[in-house]
Amino acid sequence: MAQLSVQHLLGTKNLTLDDFHLIFETADNFKEIINRPIKKVPSLRDITIANVFFENSTRTRISFELAEKRLSADTINFSSSQSSVKKGETLLDTINNILAMKVDMIVMRHASPGAPHFLSKHINANIINAGDGTHEHPTQALLDAFSIRSKYKSFEGLKVAIIGDILHSRVAISDIFALKKLGAEVMVCGPNTLLPKYISSLGVKVELDVFKALQWCDVANVLRIQLERQQIKYFPSLREYSIYYGINKRMLDRLDKEITIMHPGPINRGVELNSDVADSEHSIILNQVENGVAIRMAVLYLLAGAKVDA
Amino acid sequence: MQKKLIIDQDLLDITISRLCYQLIENHNNFSNSAILGLQPRGTFLADRIKAKLESLVNREVEIGYLDTTFHRDDFRRRETPKQANKTHIPFLIEDKKIVLIDDVLYTGRSVRAALDAMISFGRPKSVELLVLVDRKYTRDLPIQPNYIGKSVNTMQSQRVMVEWRDQGRKKDSIWLINNLDT
Repeated sequence: MAQLSVQHLLGTKNLTLDDFHLIFETADNFKEIINRPIKKVPSLRDITIANVFFENSTRTRISFELAEKRLSADTINFSSSQSSVKKGETLLDTINNILAMKVDMIVMRHASPGAPHFLSKHINANIINAGDGTHEHPTQALLDAFSIRSKYKSFEGLKVAIIGDILHSRVAISDIFALKKLGAEVMVCGPNTLLPKYISSLGVKVELDVFKALQWCDVANVLRIQLERQQIKYFPSLREYSIYYGINKRMLDRLDKEITIMHPGPINRGVELNSDVADSEHSIILNQVENGVAIRMAVLYLLAGAKVDA
Repeated sequence: MQKKLIIDQDLLDITISRLCYQLIENHNNFSNSAILGLQPRGTFLADRIKAKLESLVNREVEIGYLDTTFHRDDFRRRETPKQANKTHIPFLIEDKKIVLIDDVLYTGRSVRAALDAMISFGRPKSVELLVLVDRKYTRDLPIQPNYIGKSVNTMQSQRVMVEWRDQGRKKDSIWLINNLDT
C-alpha cells in the first residue's frame, strides 16, 4: 500500500522524502512497461485528464499525453491560443467549465506563478503543475532526479551544479528543492544578473565562474536562456554569454574527471551548450526525455489512486 | 486470533514434488513451456518449482515474474493504491505453454489481472494455473486451477498465510488464520 502525502502535485517543495522514493519506485515499474512490446496498462481507464496549456510546450505536453495514453486515460487538450481565454474568460471559469464535463484531473501550465496553487483551493480535481511561470516545474525536477538516480544510485554527497538562467527558471527552483531533500549538494552558476538575489538562502552554493562549477560538480544541469521572459537586457549579447558561460568539449577535456551533462530542453545549441557536448557520451539528455514519460505515469497513477465513492 | 497449521515443511516438500511430476506429465521436458510466478508472493513458490523441475528434467526451466498491479480491477476502489513490484520476463511468451503460479487462490481477481498483464507480452499457446492453496467456494470469477497443492474450505473471515524460508522464516509453513476474536 502506498500513497503520496499530497493530493495535487504543485511543486517539489511540499513533497516528503517518502513521496520521492514512492514516485521513483513506481516510475521504475512504468519504465519497464514502456519498454514492452505492448506499452499500455489499463489502470486509468475510467479517468479523464485535461491538459490545459496556457503557455507553449512541446516536450512536457507530449510527455504528459503519452503518459496518460499509456495508462489508458481519456485525454483532452486545451491550449489558450485557440480558446475563449482570448475572449476574456477567467482562469477559474475556464477550468470549472472543463470540470463540468466530468474531467477528473488537470495538468496545467500557466505563465503566472501560483496559478495551480490558486486553482487547488477552488476546485475539486487533482491538479498537476506542468510549470507555473518562473516558479516551479515539479515533474521536470522529478525526472531530473530520477535520471541522476539511474546513473549514480545514491544522492548522498553527490554534487549537482545548475548552470545558466537561474532567475527565470522554474526547473532550477524545483530541482533545488528536490535535490536538497534527497541529500545532494547543489550549486547554482550563472552571470550575477541571472542569479536571484537571495538564492543562497535555499542552501545552495553560488559560483560565477562556469569552469569552477564544472570542476566542483559530478552532474551539471545546464539551463536555457529564457529570452522570452526577459523584458530587459541581463547581459550584453548571446555571443558574449556563450563565450563566458557556454559549455564546450574543450572545457570538459580540461577536467580530469567524469561529468554528466543534463539539460531540460529545448537546447539552444551553441549558446549554453555546444553540439560536441550535447551529443557526447557525457550527455544523458535523451534518457531524461524517456524517464519523463515514466515519471509522469507514476505521478498520474499515484494521484489518481485515491479511493472514490462509486 | 487462532492459527491452524495446514501444511508443514515435510508436507510442503511432498506437495511441491507431486505438483512438479504433474507438470512434467503435461509439459514433458519443458522445452516449449515456461513458468510465471505472480508477484509478490507467488514468486517464492515459482522459484521452488523451478529448482525441483530442473532436478527432474535435467535442463533449465524458463521462469518469469509477473506483476499485476496496473491491471487490477480495484484501482480507485481501495483506500490507497497498491505498490507495484518488478515484472521480469526474460523470454518470449509467444507460442509458449505458460504455467501461472500463485500461492493462494481466493477470489480469482488477481489471476484475471495476470491473464490481462501477460498478453501484453504476446500470445501464449496455452495458459494453465498452479496454486498451492485453493480456497474453495470463494470465487468471484469463473477461474479454476489446473494444479492444486491443497484444497481448503474457508470462511470469508479467515485468511491463509504462507511463510517461506526465503523471507527469513525458520521453516516453510502455511497457516489458516481465524480473524474473529474467540
